[in-house]
Amino acid sequence: MKAAEDSIVTTAVDEFLAWGKEHSLFYLLFATACCGIELMQTGGPRYDVDRLGMIPRATPRQSDLMIVAGTITHKMASRVRTLWEQMTEPRWVVSMGSCANSGGPFSKWSYSVLNGVDKYIPVDVYIPGCPPRPEALIDGVMALRERVRRYRTLGIRDRDPYVVAGHEAPFGSHPGKEREATR
Amino acid sequence: MSALPFSELAARIRARFPAVAERMSENRQPWLLVPAADLLAVCQLCRDDPELDFASLCDLTGWDLLRYPAQPPSDAIVVAYYLHSLRHRHHLTLKALAPRACCTLPSVSAIWPAAIAFEREVYDLLGVQFSGHPRLTRILLPEDWEGHPLRKDYAYPAAYHGVPHARAGQWFEDGPARAPAGAAPPAGGAA
Repeated sequence: MKAAEDSIVTTAVDEFLAWGKEHSLFYLLFATACCGIELMQTGGPRYDVDRLGMIPRATPRQSDLMIVAGTITHKMASRVRTLWEQMTEPRWVVSMGSCANSGGPFSKWSYSVLNGVDKYIPVDVYIPGCPPRPEALIDGVMALRERVRRYRTLGIRDRDPYVVAGHEAPFGSHPGKEREATR
Repeated sequence: MSALPFSELAARIRARFPAVAERMSENRQPWLLVPAADLLAVCQLCRDDPELDFASLCDLTGWDLLRYPAQPPSDAIVVAYYLHSLRHRHHLTLKALAPRACCTLPSVSAIWPAAIAFEREVYDLLGVQFSGHPRLTRILLPEDWEGHPLRKDYAYPAAYHGVPHARAGQWFEDGPARAPAGAAPPAGGAA
């Protein structure tokens, strides 16, 4: 952005849209395990992510960001996928904590826990920790905001936000939901 | 109106049902082994007898005796009933065995409605069929899950709906053996 006069700012439309998206990441009020407690703390008055423009929304259709906070079982995974599909685009996913990243402490002996939510939905930012502290979550959100800033709604995107490096999971793998991994 | 010790509770039940056996667990907790044929009648007596008056089924759970150091060795599924009398303030543990080959026990849900959810859980995780249960379906796992995971011979699935369990390159030397995707249901399953 450039300030031409005192009261006039010239910019590209895309940059303006990205600036707006970056500063209004409404996140879905969704938590499945103890990471949800840290998520609530992050939204509470001490850490107060409202100051970053992050306001919790109760429905996926009004949300830009899904913070997968907690253990996802195989039974829950298809519901997570449904919630993600209901979100409006562009949509972003933060995988919070070891369980959502890789199954965490359940990855070896559990029969029912999904080893990483990225097997069902594409993840933009992974936050390690068991559970991560609110500072870590805010750090992950700041990393995500870098991606949002580079996202181009109208012009050619410099990178597709849905492609995650090292991502090899089969998509559309739960019944009736055949989808391409990227668009 | 007074709490009865275990010996008197057991004597009262065994007077009517001589096949019921008194047992003691390793940590000195007494319990009664009830034959499956007598289970419903014993539970009815426990609830309705004014001296026993077990109005409350605190818990109903189960476990697998396979590879368990029990004497004599058994491969049955144990189902345990923890009863409590709110009026007399005494409690009692009943146990019944469901043999692996014919894993069936009568449902006590008509006597204590609390058993409806408990028995669904035991069916879900251990595969015990409770005859007479109003709706014996899975309660925790997905309805199309194969097998009953808390059985000791449960074969871990390698994938669910085509989603592999392990991450790429992830392998545990001492982890559970996992059946290849699309394999036949494990022996303990689909009962």
